[in-house]
Amino acid sequence: MRRSLRSFLLCAPLIFAPMALGQSGGQLHFCIHGEPKTFNPVLVDDEASENIRYLTGGVLIRLNRQTQALEPALAASWEISRDRRSITFHLRKGVLFSDGTPFTSDDVAYTMKLLMDPQTHSPTGDAFRASEGSVEAKQLSADAVTITFPAPVTGLDRLFDQVAILSAHSPKKEMAVLGPFFVSEYKPGSYVHLQKNPNYWKRDAQGHALPYLDSIQLDIQRNRDIELVRFRRGELQLINRLDAEQFERLRKDSPALTRNAGTGLDAEELWFNQSASAPLPEAKKAWFRTTEFRKAISMAINRDDLCRIVYEGYAKPAYGPVSPANQFWFNSSLQAPKYDPQNALAVVTRAGFRYEKDVLKDSSGNRVEFTLVTNSGNAAREKMTAMIQQDLSRIGIKVNVVTLDFPSLIERMTRTFDYDACLLGLVNTDLDPDSQMTVWLSSGEDHQWNPSQKTPATAWEAEIDKLMREQAGAPTEKERKAKFDRVQQIAAEQQPFIYLINKDVLSAVSSSVIGASPVVLNPQAFWNIEALRMGPAADLGAQK
Amino acid sequence: MKSFRNVRWICAALLCAIFLAGIFAGGITHYSYATQFRERPNAAPSVSHLLGTDGLGRDLFARVLYGTRVSLLLAPAAALLSTFIAGFFGALAGLAGGWCEKCILAAADLGMALPLLFVLMALRAVLPLDVDPMLSLVATFTLLGLLGWASSLRVVWAATQSLRNSDFVLLARATGCPPSRILLRHVLPNLRPVLFAQFWISIPVYVLAEATLSMLGLGVTEPLPSWGNLLRGLEDFSLVAANPWRIFPLLLLILAVTSFQLILPSQEEIA
Repeated sequence: MRRSLRSFLLCAPLIFAPMALGQSGGQLHFCIHGEPKTFNPVLVDDEASENIRYLTGGVLIRLNRQTQALEPALAASWEISRDRRSITFHLRKGVLFSDGTPFTSDDVAYTMKLLMDPQTHSPTGDAFRASEGSVEAKQLSADAVTITFPAPVTGLDRLFDQVAILSAHSPKKEMAVLGPFFVSEYKPGSYVHLQKNPNYWKRDAQGHALPYLDSIQLDIQRNRDIELVRFRRGELQLINRLDAEQFERLRKDSPALTRNAGTGLDAEELWFNQSASAPLPEAKKAWFRTTEFRKAISMAINRDDLCRIVYEGYAKPAYGPVSPANQFWFNSSLQAPKYDPQNALAVVTRAGFRYEKDVLKDSSGNRVEFTLVTNSGNAAREKMTAMIQQDLSRIGIKVNVVTLDFPSLIERMTRTFDYDACLLGLVNTDLDPDSQMTVWLSSGEDHQWNPSQKTPATAWEAEIDKLMREQAGAPTEKERKAKFDRVQQIAAEQQPFIYLINKDVLSAVSSSVIGASPVVLNPQAFWNIEALRMGPAADLGAQK
Repeated sequence: MKSFRNVRWICAALLCAIFLAGIFAGGITHYSYATQFRERPNAAPSVSHLLGTDGLGRDLFARVLYGTRVSLLLAPAAALLSTFIAGFFGALAGLAGGWCEKCILAAADLGMALPLLFVLMALRAVLPLDVDPMLSLVATFTLLGLLGWASSLRVVWAATQSLRNSDFVLLARATGCPPSRILLRHVLPNLRPVLFAQFWISIPVYVLAEATLSMLGLGVTEPLPSWGNLLRGLEDFSLVAANPWRIFPLLLLILAVTSFQLILPSQEEIA
């Protein structure tokens, strides 16, 4: 008896270790916020489908969402040619699709052919289309393939993070996946059920098969309040991307369930309409084109108050086009934006404006007054406009706020150009500045302050054009970074976009989920889905 | 009967008090409805802020008072406009009959079938942006009044139809009374309870419609308050639960609407 007790005590750590670490298996239950439009990974164009692609798709190279570095996935290694036109992948051996068919270079060639076929209209494929011409996939062997593009592609390897490999030989191609899960059931408007891929190639450090979870239930739920209520009831174990108000409410009740991954990539920004064809009075056009005017507006807006009041403190004042969350591309030498209404007045006065009896006037005596538009139904933006209105009144500027439905707003921004200033958000999902090409090139459609210019209207826009093209063609990341740092510097000096805040990435994770460590990149709370496991059933769900 | 009269007096006094508080808002509170006390967002009621502050730190009492001015002056004006249109055309359709009735009813049906929200959105899209907030406000309520008559018209038309065959109208016709006199002297006075009811019912509808429209940028724009945009703050139930004083604009709306209803003369009194 004594001996057996001693044996038990000696073995106890081994017996209880898996329980302490959490159990393998179980089901994770959370929501996606829209109907997935497709399960075909090459056609993905919406957030819900993108989440499912992330959970089911196997990629050659994976961007580690935490370190922001590229890691080998289905490709054990890869090489990019010096001219950046071709990439050679050396594939992992012995990998099987979820339906048991073997993974070979055939599948990579098949996927690339489908992706680049103009008839497919693949949004993912668009990122690879640097110029006209066909893409060739040359199979060197069953586990090596070279893909050659007609022109150099910037950040070529990074783009493969979005390319989920399809099976060339499976009868049900969309259902044969190389990712950790496969779609086992889909009830439109209700849920998508994912089952563990029994053939998933990845193993943990101890050699155990991944993923740990048996299944994932993704409920289709647009209403975020209902999602929060269900999480509180314990019906859901995870909420991705909570808004600040919901997060704060949850934090007050159950602080242990809230996770703040820090400043995210998304920004809120304000810009003035500088389009030559805008049907605005000449006086207004002149103000909006004056750098000192834009700088003064930037200085007169209290970003700290925006963060504290509108976002409950879960945001940071924005520096410029790149959030500090973008570890590699952020220009750390940029000065933090400073709230200084006195200096703002001094700056506009130097530019010929006059401040008389609490009213700012231009050199011709016109009162400085403009209309700030934003989209209706966004409570945070409506609050921000009210705060900007008060901040700018301190330097004698009258701001009229108008909220418009989104289609009307887009019509004014892109077709009629009939607006003074606009407040909107910039959703950034890609780390590489190449994805912002259409924003920064003066000929770009997304160059919002003055889009689709035939020739750059200003010298600084011409310089940005040159730098953006040079960075795209630069041979090393270091050179690209140097050029894009200068773009960020010019943007800070000229303030074509007045960046206001970068929102924090907020999520909620039940105490029953083990291994969750939300990050700022998509998909924030479940980026490491393979490593997530469920705790003991008694702990399932939130406490409230 | 006497006690009901007392209730009516109390309601009338309450409405007068609310109206006067709105009109003399500047004398009652020294706070501006727009000033943001950013160190005190969502503050609880206190001596300095009787109803606390909103999410931006604006004094809620001042916003309710100024919002009363906007809503209680403009919503009845819009209700009056729509009731006038509904009363005139409803009575005309009910009395005239024939093609005139068909045309008016068809117009009412068309009015009811139109997706008003989209009509208003389209209208907002073509309006210039740099409209003065006050002008935008008046335009909004005028628009509501001009577009909101259709359902009232149906009610008025139905009431007129029953009057058309009544003895006193038949007698008036028999004595050679011209149609205009029948309409103005015999039918419209008898439609008074229906018209009053339509008018009072329309007021809260317009107050709430304004709240919806402000989401489309057609209604009251920041920083001007109205009962509509103050009620929008109640959409988030948990926020209200955490800050129960935020419910005051709703209580005021209920009080005003109930008072409007209770000061209506009853059918017996009209008779």
